[in-house]
Amino acid sequence: MAHQDDIALMAHLMRRAGFGAGRDELEARVAKGYEATVEELLHREAQPPVDAYTLLRYQPASLLPGGQPPMGNLNWMYYLVNTKRPLEEKTALFWHHVFATGNSKVDNYDQLLEQIEIFRQRGLGSYRDLLLEMAKNPTMIFWLDNNQNHGKAVNENWGRELLELFSLGAGNYTEKDVRESSRAFTGWTFETKIPRAPYGRFPWKFEYRPEDHDDGEKEFLGHKGRFNGEDIINIIVQQPACARFICRHLYNFFVADEAQVPAWPIEQPRDPKAIDTLAGTFKDSNFDMTATLRVLFNSDFFKNARFQHMKSPAEVVVGTLRLVGGHELPRPGYGELSMNTAYMGQDLLNPPSVEGWHTGKEWINSGSLMARVNFCAEKIGDPALPGVRAIINRLKAKGTLSPDQLVDGCLDLLGPVEIGADTRKELAAQATAWGQTSWDNDSNAKLADLHTSQMLQLIVATREYQFA
Amino acid sequence: MPATEKDPVVVVLQLTGGNDYLNTVIPYNNPLYRDGRAAVGIPDNQIMHLDKDYGIPHYMAPLKQFWDEDKLAILHGVGYPNSPRSHFRSMDIWHTCEPEKVGTEGWLGRVAREFDPNKENVVTTVNFGPCLPRSLVVQDVPVACVAGALEKYGFLPTIQGEQRLQVLNRFSQMYQPALGTGPVMDYLGTTGLDSLKGEDILKVAPLKYSSTVTYPNTSIARKLKGIAQVHFADLGSRIFYCDHGTFDTHAGQNPGHGNLWSAVTEGLDAFMKDLREHNHADNVIVLMFSEFGRRVQDNGSGTDHGAGGVAFVLGEKVKGGHYGEMPSLKPEHLVQGDLNPNMDFRSVYSTILDKWLKVNPAPIVNGTFEQPAFLN
Repeated sequence: MAHQDDIALMAHLMRRAGFGAGRDELEARVAKGYEATVEELLHREAQPPVDAYTLLRYQPASLLPGGQPPMGNLNWMYYLVNTKRPLEEKTALFWHHVFATGNSKVDNYDQLLEQIEIFRQRGLGSYRDLLLEMAKNPTMIFWLDNNQNHGKAVNENWGRELLELFSLGAGNYTEKDVRESSRAFTGWTFETKIPRAPYGRFPWKFEYRPEDHDDGEKEFLGHKGRFNGEDIINIIVQQPACARFICRHLYNFFVADEAQVPAWPIEQPRDPKAIDTLAGTFKDSNFDMTATLRVLFNSDFFKNARFQHMKSPAEVVVGTLRLVGGHELPRPGYGELSMNTAYMGQDLLNPPSVEGWHTGKEWINSGSLMARVNFCAEKIGDPALPGVRAIINRLKAKGTLSPDQLVDGCLDLLGPVEIGADTRKELAAQATAWGQTSWDNDSNAKLADLHTSQMLQLIVATREYQFA
Repeated sequence: MPATEKDPVVVVLQLTGGNDYLNTVIPYNNPLYRDGRAAVGIPDNQIMHLDKDYGIPHYMAPLKQFWDEDKLAILHGVGYPNSPRSHFRSMDIWHTCEPEKVGTEGWLGRVAREFDPNKENVVTTVNFGPCLPRSLVVQDVPVACVAGALEKYGFLPTIQGEQRLQVLNRFSQMYQPALGTGPVMDYLGTTGLDSLKGEDILKVAPLKYSSTVTYPNTSIARKLKGIAQVHFADLGSRIFYCDHGTFDTHAGQNPGHGNLWSAVTEGLDAFMKDLREHNHADNVIVLMFSEFGRRVQDNGSGTDHGAGGVAFVLGEKVKGGHYGEMPSLKPEHLVQGDLNPNMDFRSVYSTILDKWLKVNPAPIVNGTFEQPAFLN
């Protein structure tokens, strides 16, 4: 049997690099080893992709959902719940946080889902290539008005956010750089066609219009030339600020909660040495995300950051659904199920603005906290679900449980979850009120199922459980 | 500041999806209405005349009595400049009063903070529906968010019976502040305890309630009934929020639009009867709005996203009538085929804030706006 410390560490890795794992999977991964598991997660192509045909069969409307929720949400939720490439999907979510693009303006989930597919395919490759891909992504172009950025009438929306939110961070460029960057991207637009109503829309396609491009000389971050958009990106990625900015994003998403992005120019990173390490690898590997994440997951600063990160609503919902099982098929009702992240304050594919979501503590308000707790409790409290059954069966195999054993067993199999002494005291008091837990005859077994399910519900309702 | 029984209360009923203004308040003499609405126009024999110019469709019949009693204000041509015609962005503008940039604070969240700066009453604002609308969201301003039935409101609704009290007591203990656990744990603790307190307060409302009024069996009527129950319980709630939809009638507008409005107006009818029966009507107004109106020219079976729309304010103390004017339907006056808004939505808010809720509108709605005089 695997050592408890190894299980706890593996559970941490899987929560962060994916959306958690049940105990059987954790044991199998511990048997393979930590570094081997990191490699397996990074080499996503070794695992099969999600079966889109099942989605098509059950929810045909979610393939090209148009502008209306919840079909777009449903589509991504199906991938998140079913993926055998957890890091691929987690990285797609990471880039969605950074390159936050929303249906509020795009009004087209077809295009937003295509953007997510780009994150799946390229999100673990070169950041420079991904940035260039985003500059040519029609969804992004429309979101940030680059189709309104003309040689003779510059629109700075994309040119500015490229620097402020997607690469360097505020304070690392001048207003003149914004202007020059915007000029370099004039003529980068996309083809539009009249929708083939009522049969949905044509996909949008990037188009470069040289006649609308300002080909004059530009001066950008100390470089001079007749730069086009790609030249701008090549200059950006060489800036030390770029590596630090992207790596701080990685740290905030994968390691531990940072201050909100707008505060980064004034607040030091939580762990400046960790940012140095990541930024060094990022630069030396030519901006390779796989190389950078390999260093991140194998680092001590990562391994020591257990429960230093408030779960995002996507992590809450997907992590719960994967743990309890039984939600693999996109049956009727899956649309409503997929809206639960929105009820907790994270409407996937529709972030509140280009700044993306504020994370950490800011996920919590009185509405969202109750939504989180109740969603988890409802699922984990249902002994008919296979993942919950598996937890009960493991406890059952230990024989009759004392109150302390029930508490410890549930805490262990839900994580292991680490909780404070005061919280543990309350859980133990509740278990003591119930007495021993035993499955030795039918009526005891019924009660044991009930008490286990209620203990699991109390644990997911704790403050500690809101962290990953 | 604990509220008293007679403090003014506002109920917001959001018509989500973009309600079709022209089929809601019908300019039945205007030939341009008929021209534009060949497919989805309301036939003359199904229009209830409000006066010589306007009528409402028969499926909104319950509103007619409020109009006749002079208790229904119709706010014409409501909108904002450069209407984006996107549901979500438009709704955001209504919620945050920021048409130019992305706002972070909801207008009603700001009002709640004015009412109760020290968070003495965690049910100052009660939302009915699973999703907290952005209009209510301001960091650290509590909102009771009733996702389903009011009777089931609270943490861990699957644990019922004799266990419930015990388990919730554990929950409360687990969320108590503890030394040295840090600001985030403290914040989680306060938020959890606020919500738990809200549950304790709200759960008496359905128990105290009895009425001869029967509400229709629709989701909006259930929400309105919940609002009535909380209001009658005198818990100091000042802001109620609910929504109904989707009014996004691109296709099948008839009978879709009719079903939606029947549910809303029959629900409101029961709600107002209930308020009057309990002698709790005088301090309530209901604001109904939608994020935008719909295109003048129909598309063969429905209508597409438009700009200028209509809002309603209903209540005993409301001065009924038309406010503002319906924007011109003449093709040369339309903006991309849509009615050009001629009343800023923040005007409507400003009247409610100034004349009803007695708070200074300017910092709430981010500016000073003309106030249509539908309240004294």
